[in-house]
Amino acid sequence: MKILNSKTLALVALLAAVILLGCEAPPPESIQNGYRGLQMQTNYNPKLLRESLAANVPPAPIPPAAEGGPMAKDVYKNVQVLGDLTVNEFNRLMVALTNWVAPEQGCYYCHVSDGGFEEDGIYTKIASRKMLQMTQDTNANWKDHVADTGVTCYTCHRGNPVPEYVWTSDPGPGQPTALAPTGQNIASSTVAYSALPYDPFTPFLLQDNDIRVIGETALPQGNRRSIKQAEWTYGLMMHMSDALGVNCTYCHNSRSFYAWDQSTPQRTTAWYAIRHVRELNNEWVVPLSDVLPESRRGPLGDVYKVYCTTCHQGAYKPLYGAPMVKDYPSLQGPIPEGGLAAAAQAAEDAAGAPEDTQAAPAEDVTEDAAPTEAAVPAEEAAAPAEEATEAEEATEEAAPAEDATASDEQADAEEASAPAPEAAADESAPAATDAQAEAPTEQQPQQYRPQLQYPPPSMMRYPPAPLQYPPAPQTR
Amino acid sequence: MAMLSFEKKYRVRGGNLLGGDLFDFWVGPFYVGFFGVTTIFFATLGTLLIVWGAAMGPTWNLWQISIAPPDLSYGLRMAPLTEGGLWQFITICAIGAFVSWALRQAEIARKLGMGLHVPIAFSFAILAYITLVVIRPILMGGWGHGFPYGIFSHLDWVSNVGYQYLHFHYNPAHMLAITFFFTNALALALHGSLILSMTNPAKGEPVKTGEHENTFFRDLVGYSIGALGIHRLGLFLAINAAFWSAVCIVISGPFWTRGWPEWWNWWLELPFWS
Repeated sequence: MKILNSKTLALVALLAAVILLGCEAPPPESIQNGYRGLQMQTNYNPKLLRESLAANVPPAPIPPAAEGGPMAKDVYKNVQVLGDLTVNEFNRLMVALTNWVAPEQGCYYCHVSDGGFEEDGIYTKIASRKMLQMTQDTNANWKDHVADTGVTCYTCHRGNPVPEYVWTSDPGPGQPTALAPTGQNIASSTVAYSALPYDPFTPFLLQDNDIRVIGETALPQGNRRSIKQAEWTYGLMMHMSDALGVNCTYCHNSRSFYAWDQSTPQRTTAWYAIRHVRELNNEWVVPLSDVLPESRRGPLGDVYKVYCTTCHQGAYKPLYGAPMVKDYPSLQGPIPEGGLAAAAQAAEDAAGAPEDTQAAPAEDVTEDAAPTEAAVPAEEAAAPAEEATEAEEATEEAAPAEDATASDEQADAEEASAPAPEAAADESAPAATDAQAEAPTEQQPQQYRPQLQYPPPSMMRYPPAPLQYPPAPQTR
Repeated sequence: MAMLSFEKKYRVRGGNLLGGDLFDFWVGPFYVGFFGVTTIFFATLGTLLIVWGAAMGPTWNLWQISIAPPDLSYGLRMAPLTEGGLWQFITICAIGAFVSWALRQAEIARKLGMGLHVPIAFSFAILAYITLVVIRPILMGGWGHGFPYGIFSHLDWVSNVGYQYLHFHYNPAHMLAITFFFTNALALALHGSLILSMTNPAKGEPVKTGEHENTFFRDLVGYSIGALGIHRLGLFLAINAAFWSAVCIVISGPFWTRGWPEWWNWWLELPFWS
């Protein structure tokens, strides 16, 4: 029996060549995300990465609006959200918005063509008003997720009236009658083509089901969560990995998925992100159900909703972290009363007395949250006013203190200061001390839902290596 | 040390690959040879380097001692000893020791007039190791892709590398390797239990022969591969297990960066149903 003849060899070579055709060429681009040898790292195919980088470049910002002029609410009718912008700022935003969302359809995608621009007679106008508020809310209140990079309409829309990546509850393919529907076991793109449950979004990004399945004890004492439940969790995680173009080790050390002290800081952001997306869907998108037409609904009649891919689109940060919202102050948060210019002026005044906040970071960061509380309102004041660089510097210097503080206290402080950013902006430094005094009692009215608490990640067990993820397009 | 009665005929000169008569002697029951010396040298040096690394490290806990490879930023260059250089030297020692051992096996096989089955089979295990710490790191462009030398830390490496490709069980070569490993274990279990049964009969019964062995398996599964065949099968299964293990890791990263489930899209995209 002679197997190793030349015909066999040729066949084997052909087979190997065919298999290799479906593969990628070495070397990949790897980014170390943990201690050496731990293999917490992201692998990119350079070719696919180049394509992704090219596809995720934001449009050039429109030149800033000329200063001064009347308020939009005084000139136009029925301006409910952006009334405190000047007419110039308002029109600049409208132009930007059209370019981002309806570049082909133009103004009349959201405005009634034969009525006045103030008419609300078209559902897209109702929807876009809600979406504007959603964007402002995200940039103002979800910095734990979007940081100062922020989001604009373009982050999701990318020139499409309906964002390219949305989801609806998935009833799945038809099942043979004898089989109970499992919600899984097909190769689904929503879970990176695995056989995991193909709609992990309804339970986790719309409903508030517990994602954590791992027990907290070494032995199985009382943890009734099953492998089936774990598959739903894994489905969601597959989606997140796929949406961000990363793998499990971007956030987790897989030796212990649940352990915060062995996870990367990115996991904290992701924890907030899940809550944020859940809120986006429940507070902003689902309430539009009465407004949106049939063409914006899934097979079960629920409207198109947000998930990770909606913004991220394969990048670990949407648009690879291009700080787009800095050019659009009107999207950075709810427009303060009196307009952006007034708020900026107030913030500059606040920056005139930065001594307190600059002194803050060094002292008592572990026990006493007071210094950071003083800093946080200043940050709030600075947020709407990008010109107030001094104030921003002050808050940046205060930032380490925030990090080092036990973050429950930090969350409290932010909670207390979040409801009244305008007050802080108007009254500048005195307001900061007020907020500090009032913070423990929490007597201020709650304008937004309270910021979420989470078990803060303490020191990583393995010191992380510096991240070298692809920089934002501007800096390349 | 006294020699066993049949041992004399094995202690013949010649068959060496290197070193001639110089190292052609025995220490007690152990053949030395040139490659025995190099094995001792590399194994001792490598082990001492590990002990040295442990002495510099944070723990003497056997489970947690770990000699980690360099940061990826060193690429394919040498790293300072305390930052992965030690791992590089230990890797050289390990390969030196493993290859020496295989060549010593070859020398012994030549002395005995055997085929080279043993060193060839062992060389597949060496191939799997070299794939992990040399071939794949070179293909990926950094020694940092090698696995750390530690009991827990190398398990963390395995786990994290698996999760880098989202779901490693979808790796086709991994599927093959696992199947070969499990089949190999099953075959060994069947064969081992059979031999133990045949050679340990009930009191008063004679030791059974090959005819009994064949009959047992013909009764049980309708087929007996035979006394020679089972060893050929074992060699085939074991070599394939090691070979496909090497393939499954060398394609993960150098030739595929995405999740392994996605690789199967070629099946979904076949023209028959797409």
